Amino acid sequence: MTGLKTFITRRRGHGGRWHWTDVASWIWLIGGTILMLGPALWLLSSSFKDPAQLAEFPPTLLPYVQRVAEVEGFDTPLPLYTVTLPGGETRILAQIRRLGANAQMVDPADPALRISVPISQRAPLREIGLATANYTDPFLHFDFFTYLRNSVFVTVTATLLTLLTNSMAAFALSKYRFRGRDAVMLVIVGTLMVPLSVILVPLYSVVSRVGLLDSLWGVILPTIATPTGVFLLRQYMLTIPDELIEAARMDHASEWQIYWRIVLPLSAPALAVLAIFSVVWRWNDFLWPLIVLTRRELYTLQVGLNSYAGELNVQWHYILAMTVVTMIPVVLVFILLQRFITTGIAGAGLK
Amino acid sequence: MLPFVLAARVLEPVLALWQRRTGHAGMIAVFLIPNMTIFGIFVIVPLVLNLLYSFTGGAEILLEQRPWVGMQQYERLLDCQNHLQPMTCREDQFWRAVHNTARFVLSQVALMVTVSMITALILNRRIAGRGLWRAVFFFPVLLSPVVVGLIWRWILQREGLLNLIVVRLGGDPVIWLNDRFWAFAAAVGVSTWAHMGFYTLILLAGLQAIPRDLYEAAEMDATPPSRVFWRITLPLLGPNLAVVLVLALIRAVQIFDEAYVLTGGGPGTATMFMTQYIYEVGFASFLRNPGLAAAASILMGGLLVVLTLIQLALSRRAERMRQR
Repeated sequence: MTGLKTFITRRRGHGGRWHWTDVASWIWLIGGTILMLGPALWLLSSSFKDPAQLAEFPPTLLPYVQRVAEVEGFDTPLPLYTVTLPGGETRILAQIRRLGANAQMVDPADPALRISVPISQRAPLREIGLATANYTDPFLHFDFFTYLRNSVFVTVTATLLTLLTNSMAAFALSKYRFRGRDAVMLVIVGTLMVPLSVILVPLYSVVSRVGLLDSLWGVILPTIATPTGVFLLRQYMLTIPDELIEAARMDHASEWQIYWRIVLPLSAPALAVLAIFSVVWRWNDFLWPLIVLTRRELYTLQVGLNSYAGELNVQWHYILAMTVVTMIPVVLVFILLQRFITTGIAGAGLK
Repeated sequence: MLPFVLAARVLEPVLALWQRRTGHAGMIAVFLIPNMTIFGIFVIVPLVLNLLYSFTGGAEILLEQRPWVGMQQYERLLDCQNHLQPMTCREDQFWRAVHNTARFVLSQVALMVTVSMITALILNRRIAGRGLWRAVFFFPVLLSPVVVGLIWRWILQREGLLNLIVVRLGGDPVIWLNDRFWAFAAAVGVSTWAHMGFYTLILLAGLQAIPRDLYEAAEMDATPPSRVFWRITLPLLGPNLAVVLVLALIRAVQIFDEAYVLTGGGPGTATMFMTQYIYEVGFASFLRNPGLAAAASILMGGLLVVLTLIQLALSRRAERMRQR
């Protein structure tokens, strides 16, 4: 315990006393944590609430479900309520149906006795529980599974192609001397500054000209020749000693073998960083798929989610659950590979 | 992965033969062509075409069906009696978007740099569980803009979490996203929330690169902490801070996704920004006008090129400082 305490309270200098900046730092960190993680946790909790509960104000912090009871003579379980009877006595009754301002109730212990109660005198009996239908329904009744499949296809294909084409180009640009190499590098670095939003109209016309509108390949291809990826991999490959390549040539290795069997495995750390970023980028892409894909069955998760959220009658209970599902891969990447990501950003300014 | 490995197996002898016939030059071409072809088709060609589009009119998307109109699109965009009042402009939506973007950039960048600077300074102290805190602040960076927009739409709705807090504190619930001021503030706040972790990381890396012995020397001289900050930390962090500032500027100018999912540009046009204008004029609106969208995007691109050139110069300076 004392070890933990000294660990938590250790800080710079000031002769062991707490300085006001220490207090301020802790307030900032704890407040920041609530602000950073709170919204996602709130989303998670809300995604397990049923529609009736989502419409309530004030909302509860945790999801509850209505308790139900099997009552003799009824096929489906009836919802339970705490009812205040005229005498002031409270009892737990099951509701059969609601008629205007009154509810017809029955005592689960005595199914023959029917009681009419004003709805203001009853409160739902609830327990903490999860409305899992929010998660299962979109898969069963909506195109959600199609969206998920499209997103996975786009993400995996685009990432593999990005790694392959970018590493090939990076290999040529780092391990050979040829005329025009600097010009190619200049063009690549130059287009680092061209964001999608600037070439939206002509890119759309190019994609339509090559017949890729309303096709997942129209989403994938324009994204794979990322200048950032080429740049990052080239910088890494420059640190691989040329002697290694010379030695391989002495042993009659072909140039392709040198790339595929020597340089590529040695570039694994940089490839890993690029792969992680590519997965996150492609999974999260929104504006471009929104423009290229107009047929619903081709929507990616992000576009599908946005279209659900834009409907006149927003079905929040489904949207919240789908948002959680959309978040899962990225959260997994974050938890498992956080170290790579932070070095990628601090080292290469990737995003 | 397997198809790739198999393909490579098949490719190896074929490429060895190719190498025997064409030598290194042929192989360089093999390595460069896939990437450069895609790059050329989907980046370089659109860049050139964009200029052509901006000189044409009509609603057709194919260039050869579009009539040449010269500078008309630019004239239409820039035609204003008073540029500070979008109402007086011929293309009032564009100027509203420009004004909103300018206000957004100023407020968001200021907030972003302040918040990430404070966080980086705190994380740079000898504080317990630093890696964990850093992860916490970084977490929203990876979330998709659609997810970010929806999370906050849910919190800011009428029966949402924020109103719960407001009511508990004794206030009246507000429909935040239906209010011009609050919707704009939400766009600023939410985009800061989503990206501050990224800038915090860059600043933290810069702080950690400052040599420890400088601080030790200052401590030996009993220099007050505020002096240490202004005389050591800030000057040595300067280049990193400048990079963060310009990077945040470039990103803020292009704001679209989170804000679009959060507010859809509304209420009215209160949160319509330049990228949304380009998207709507080019694709989404009923009276679409690709030429006008292209002209607007070229104006925005010009601004971004200037900002990026500044950024490149600054990061080069930062690199040189680090090597020294």
